[in-house]
Amino acid sequence: MLSKRIIPCLDVAHGRVVKGVQFVDIIDAGDPVEAAIRYDEQGADELCFLDIRASHESRDTLYHMVTDVAEHVFMPLTVGGGVKEIADIENLLHAGADKVSINTAAIFNPEFVKEAAERFGSSTIVVAVDAKRVQKNGTDDHWECFTHGGRKPTGINAVEWAKRMSDYGAGEILLTSMDCDGTKNGYDIPLTRAVAEAIPANVIASGGVGNLEHMAEGLTDGKADAVLAASIFHFGEYTIAEAKNYLADKGIPVRI
Amino acid sequence: MKTISLIDYGMGNMHSIAKALEQAGGKVQLVKTPEELDNTSRIVLPGVGAFRDCAAALKASGLGDAIKEKCAEGTPYLGICLGMQVMLTSSREFGLHSGLNLIRGTVKPFPESHPERGYKIPHMGWNDILFASGKEIHPVLKPLQKQQVYYVHSYYCAPENPEHILGVCSYGEFPFASAIGRDNMVGVQFHPEKSQRAGMALLEAFLKWNP
Repeated sequence: MLSKRIIPCLDVAHGRVVKGVQFVDIIDAGDPVEAAIRYDEQGADELCFLDIRASHESRDTLYHMVTDVAEHVFMPLTVGGGVKEIADIENLLHAGADKVSINTAAIFNPEFVKEAAERFGSSTIVVAVDAKRVQKNGTDDHWECFTHGGRKPTGINAVEWAKRMSDYGAGEILLTSMDCDGTKNGYDIPLTRAVAEAIPANVIASGGVGNLEHMAEGLTDGKADAVLAASIFHFGEYTIAEAKNYLADKGIPVRI
Repeated sequence: MKTISLIDYGMGNMHSIAKALEQAGGKVQLVKTPEELDNTSRIVLPGVGAFRDCAAALKASGLGDAIKEKCAEGTPYLGICLGMQVMLTSSREFGLHSGLNLIRGTVKPFPESHPERGYKIPHMGWNDILFASGKEIHPVLKPLQKQQVYYVHSYYCAPENPEHILGVCSYGEFPFASAIGRDNMVGVQFHPEKSQRAGMALLEAFLKWNP
């Protein structure tokens, strides 16, 4: 049986792991290779690196970091942040990434996702969707996509966007709730479920996990295929193994 | 000293598999031409990209014929993901294309995805490899008993002869060949170089295997 995946996420800036709360208040959380080795030993199913200070100048630093990590751990690596063109994807894959996450560039140029999926295969292309709950004229709640680390609204309905990206060939949607991110109050379950039920691609729930019960909720009520977590692992509140044992006790299929 | 030839057909990153083979105790050479296969003790064909492109690149470089020749001479071969699929006769990925025909069979797409049943395409993540009870497990696959391995694929191998299926995996309610082989050749659908300890144990077993 296919296991649900537990994915520690490492936000990186200038080759270091950092952690922010609701996309601000960045603090240093250590060396990427050390963190990768620690998570590998704990049995993480995959690692996700997001370059939150992605700029043209810092690209080489990111490629070196990915190569360094890929030499030390033998597990799937997803890398994102500032991916704008085919050459960026090529460079990341050559550095050692298995999957590349596209965010802002997808919004500005949706065809880029189609082109990337055709060229590198759906399983290589992840589209990151940063969604925020909005209410309009007293109608039902819905979610809207934001770009630039959650600062700019786009007016695009997040569930419809995820569906379009899946249709364009994205193999996975990395779905982050901007409302929940950093709060430790749990994933946005209605959002996660709405996307998971709407698309054939895999859904990774992200943003807001504060305890192991939240993880279980994301995978059961939220119907996610994988859960992403950062601070609860970085700061040693839980190990991956503890998380998996907890989920296994709840009857959720995980790789122990 | 003879080396493991890692076939580089120019489609992607050889880094992870090369490092993993080295860590498993091998001496690795990247091979791009048939001549480079002359002094080899083992062949590994990793898998990235589409079947069509891989088959075309192997044909154009002459590597396809050289690999077949070496396999016929008894050189141990490990095909990973696409490197497994290309062992078969043909594939239906983006039209009908010929493979190396080391094992008779075809590569087929998974049936359409059913998100409501938790069955999605690509099949991506950690899943089982199961072995027929009462049958000796292939020496290369022995370390994988009760282990999960990492899969990423939308197509699967359907060998004609069930004897060539060495292990199976079930996705949704859909079982497929997770490992195939005969004589000195083994192919696996999952990625040992991404399967942490279980994958490393498989690579070590392949390096020790004397068919």
